[in-house]
Amino acid sequence: MANHTHVQNPKVDVQYRRKKNAEEMKHQIVSFTLMIFLTLIAFFAVGYEGFSAWFSVPFILLLAVVQVIFQLYYFMHMSHKGHELPALFIYGGVVVAFVTIWAFLTVVWI
Amino acid sequence: MHVEEKLTAETFPAEPEKATLEGKNKFLGFWFFLGGETVLFASLFATFLALRDSVAGGPSSKELFQMPIVFLATMLLLTSSLTSVYAMHHMRNFDFKKMQLWLGITVLLGAGFLALEIYEFTEYVHEGFKFSTSAFSSAFYTLVGTHGGHVAFGLLWILTLMIRNAKRGLNLYNAPKFYVASLYWHFIDVVWVFIFTVVYLMGMVG
Repeated sequence: MANHTHVQNPKVDVQYRRKKNAEEMKHQIVSFTLMIFLTLIAFFAVGYEGFSAWFSVPFILLLAVVQVIFQLYYFMHMSHKGHELPALFIYGGVVVAFVTIWAFLTVVWI
Repeated sequence: MHVEEKLTAETFPAEPEKATLEGKNKFLGFWFFLGGETVLFASLFATFLALRDSVAGGPSSKELFQMPIVFLATMLLLTSSLTSVYAMHHMRNFDFKKMQLWLGITVLLGAGFLALEIYEFTEYVHEGFKFSTSAFSSAFYTLVGTHGGHVAFGLLWILTLMIRNAKRGLNLYNAPKFYVASLYWHFIDVVWVFIFTVVYLMGMVG
């Protein structure tokens, strides 16, 4: 039944959707700006001599994780509803990724 | 809704990529594929991390990597991720021409990234850093090269979609195809975020 109300006044519906799309695009530009900002901080953290590796390595890894969350949830729309299975697939992949890296780092000693 | 139905801005659904059963299946199947890609790159990252200090007398990452070229490549790919968001924004507004325009910009930026990578690899080979130089070099070229291969494939994919549908316009048959290709492009950027952090930046730290 919800679809019928849309058909009855499609012009209003289109205007509403365009407005929503425009709003979402604003959010996307904000997340892009943040991603650029995180990238700049990561490059500066490595270029700056004052930080030791003990600080800068975990720090830039954290920045990468935050940036990827923005990419997944905003650019790839995982924040929208209907993304339960995509989340399961990606997080399943992430779990295997961690186990693989952990195994390789502890098993390979050459 | 019928797949080949001629649509207008009024009748075009809010989520054209998921308006048909085929679109829904593509969407889900493609995310499943991305889960598999995560595992593929995880194994390459794991290999790289385990072998990155095994330079066997060849160049190490500190001697090799140059920050400016990595930074430029990162900016190109990150911006191309935003331009493909713009393309999907125009797809949802049923604006085929603008979608094509932004996809074109995405392809140009991606091609710039790929050109930089090819230049970088040839420079390394001239400096005596070949695929078989060390365990580090093999792991490096396999990881970064697999990503570069994905970029090349993504470029061809998006270009093919653009050319194939140039006269057809936007409908519910090709909207899921464009959407899935843009998901692939974002995923390539996700992988690159970890490559520039783990391979290049961590390699320059020490």
